[in-house]
Amino acid sequence: MKTRKTIPMPVRYLINGVLLAIFLVGGTIMVNSGIVSGYYSKILMLIGINIILAVSLNVATGYLGQLPLGHAGFMAVGAYTGGIFLKAVEASKAEGPVLWVYIAAALLLSGLVAGIFGIIIGVPALRLKGDYLAIITLGFGEIIRVVLTNIDGVLGFDFTYGASGLKRIPKIASFFNVFLCVILSCMVIHMIMKSRHGRAILAIRENEIAAESCGIRITYYKVMAFTVSAFFAGVAGCLYAGYLGSLQPTTFGFMKSIEILVMVVLGGMGSMLGSVLSATVLTALPELLRTFSDYRMVVYSLVLVLMMIFKPSGLLGQYDFSLSRILEKLMNRGSAPKAQAKEGGKNE
Amino acid sequence: MSTFFSQIINGLQSGSIYALVALGYSMVYGIIMLLNFAHGDIIMVGAYVIWLGVTTWNINPLVSILLAVAVSTLLGVVIEKVAYAPLRSSPRLSLLITAIGISYLLENGFQLIFGAGAKTVPTFISGPSLQLGSMTVSFPAMVTIVVTVVMMVGLTILVQKTKLGKAMRAVSEDMGAAQLMGISLNTTISFTFMLGSALAGVASVLYLCAYPQASPTMGSMLGLKAFVAAVLGGIGSLPGAMLGGFIIGMAEALVSAVGLSVWKDGVVFAILIVVLLVRPSGILGKTVKEKV
Amino acid sequence: MSKLVEVPGGIIPERDAGKPPVLEARHIGIDFGGLTAVDDFDFVLGATEIGGLIGPNGAGKTTVFNLLTNVYQPTRGSILLNGVDTKGKSTYQINKLGIARTFQNIRLFKDLTVLDNVLIGMHNAMDYNMASSVLRLPRYWKEEKRAKEKAIELLSIFDMQDMVELNAGNLPYGAQRRLEIVRALATKPKLLLLDEPAAGMNPSETAELMENIRRIRDMFKISIMLIEHDMNLVMGICEGIAVLNYGRIIAKGTPEEIRNNPVVIEAYLGKKGV
Repeated sequence: MKTRKTIPMPVRYLINGVLLAIFLVGGTIMVNSGIVSGYYSKILMLIGINIILAVSLNVATGYLGQLPLGHAGFMAVGAYTGGIFLKAVEASKAEGPVLWVYIAAALLLSGLVAGIFGIIIGVPALRLKGDYLAIITLGFGEIIRVVLTNIDGVLGFDFTYGASGLKRIPKIASFFNVFLCVILSCMVIHMIMKSRHGRAILAIRENEIAAESCGIRITYYKVMAFTVSAFFAGVAGCLYAGYLGSLQPTTFGFMKSIEILVMVVLGGMGSMLGSVLSATVLTALPELLRTFSDYRMVVYSLVLVLMMIFKPSGLLGQYDFSLSRILEKLMNRGSAPKAQAKEGGKNE
Repeated sequence: MSTFFSQIINGLQSGSIYALVALGYSMVYGIIMLLNFAHGDIIMVGAYVIWLGVTTWNINPLVSILLAVAVSTLLGVVIEKVAYAPLRSSPRLSLLITAIGISYLLENGFQLIFGAGAKTVPTFISGPSLQLGSMTVSFPAMVTIVVTVVMMVGLTILVQKTKLGKAMRAVSEDMGAAQLMGISLNTTISFTFMLGSALAGVASVLYLCAYPQASPTMGSMLGLKAFVAAVLGGIGSLPGAMLGGFIIGMAEALVSAVGLSVWKDGVVFAILIVVLLVRPSGILGKTVKEKV
Repeated sequence: MSKLVEVPGGIIPERDAGKPPVLEARHIGIDFGGLTAVDDFDFVLGATEIGGLIGPNGAGKTTVFNLLTNVYQPTRGSILLNGVDTKGKSTYQINKLGIARTFQNIRLFKDLTVLDNVLIGMHNAMDYNMASSVLRLPRYWKEEKRAKEKAIELLSIFDMQDMVELNAGNLPYGAQRRLEIVRALATKPKLLLLDEPAAGMNPSETAELMENIRRIRDMFKISIMLIEHDMNLVMGICEGIAVLNYGRIIAKGTPEEIRNNPVVIEAYLGKKGV
């Protein structure tokens, strides 16, 4: 093999870390100082939340190769957990470090509860193959919605406030904490995928029988991928609760699951960058082009169908972005020009 | 007692509709292993045709009904040709996503054209109700149950006795071998979609008899439940789809009868989950193992 | 070639006689809904033996492999792997106990690189947990580095060390078969099951494969059992051979004995023989 110039690991992490920090701090300053208006910062937050949703669904769809149709269900679990928790601790009255602790606790709790639901659904559902998994997760998503709407009647006290909705949730979402969550989610998922655990998940997608004869515990890793996926959907749900300030069960129907699925499919199943980009575009477009919002769902569904017929691998296929790889390419071209500072670098 | 009896009749009536729709899911799954998510929306389209027929166009109800069945049938075949046929050799995940896309296209397209609100359909079928002692069976309920039974008998004969029915069974058994025997795959698949969609068209008529409203999303929950019925009975099995439909209809009626109607949807999906866990192939389905 | 000697349950090469056999299949059988696919399969494999399983198409050879790896649980009989009964174990546990296999219809992880394919084979040979990978602890780096080196070392057995970055699905057919063997070896097996390794190869490739199978046995000190239709290969490297017909063993013995067994000739090789 030819000797290639490579960037050693610590340096790679440093480059990516610095770029992400610049993005995060720079963005926060721009939002706080009003360079980015309140309206646009709201759209940015929604983009961030949708990125987490798409990236997390991509774990189950793109990497594990299953088709769960109840992602909105996990999001709902996270949203209600986070919303109820934030209301209970009265986060709106808290300040400084206490508020940060509350936010972190809410996010973690939402993720964990959604993750537990992921295990509860995953263990039985993942024994079934393909279509049946899609159906059972779809059923689960619908049940969550029905339960959220009607549970108060059974409990006899106000918990989710049924169809009238959970209101006055402290609005804790900000550009900084939404995008910190985006970065952390992408990083954690990336770290898992580039390890023996992630390879096991990919192996299951590629060929279940071969994976099992390589000594991989199929059920364990399926449930694991499913749980990771649910966990981050829960985190996104919590951010959503803290962004909107009120929740209604109908938000989290089958329709929402499909919206997230479209993002993943459009970007390319198995490509994290694809999910990030298409979540960004599909969130920003209808917001920025108001007239378009009427046609949004029609266009979504058309995109889905045309994509499957003409380019089923999605826009980016399984390509994943790596800043370091691009830098290395540039270095190996002889001279080593400095790469332009660019947002991203979710990869090594 | 008489309320209980009327709930049973309700259950039979909605069960009949579920069974008709479930048959469509089951036949398509049996032949190309696709969960045709768009199937429920064909019913929605049929319902809109009837609404247009009896209100805007003001034509004879019978003509409207025939038109609805014809449009549904055509739509099913067109969807197959345009969206599913190009994907015949693609992974099943792509096919499934396409079906979801078509379903959403129909729902949102109709919402764009006719608005999100429900359209009330005036009564277009009426007749005397049946009196059994103190209990009454409404005319629509009678029609629904009778039509469903007739359709099922007809379908069974069609699948068991006719040449096309045999072709359908052959293709679902082994697509490759069936082709080698000179069976035209395209014709057979189109025929299957035609049958399924025609049944969906009939279901849309019967649905409007029971709940006289058409809305863009009416097909989605109805479709999902019919689909649950198909899975429950054993997807790919025709008697299974009928059985599943009646079970779902009865379960809903019983849940409503004990005053828990808001939990109806939850119960249907809970049944689905339990069945899939206990017997993934459904009540009358066969288990298939992947060859290693 | 080593002489075969009798041990309880079957025959193994003389040099393995002192060691416990790696595999003892005792009267295993399986029915598929009333149809008996394999019946009374009784076979012993020595610790460093190369065994062969032959028979006409549909005789149940691959089913035997599926039984040995518990892809199908045997209806009857028991399987001892290094003395451990594998009853009720899952396929992945069987792999951990030491059986690795290849497939008749190649089952590679096609969209992944050659290196990843081998690393997936080393899944259980790598020792770090989720926390190590998410936090990128030193243990992760150490184990990944070791595994990558080992993977390239394994690939170099078949001279494939320069193909690490290629997608497995893009390899030529012969290389795919070889990669499947490397992946199986990466799981550190004590017994390697090869399902028609020479299928689709030309005579010179087959000869090379034959050499490599022997080399693998000598390098890793493992036993190998193969299903093959290529008689030159089977007769050339196998020490003990079992002939299967209609799911039953109709003959067992050395290549010499099999070649001259009239039952085999009639049932399998046809009336004239080869």
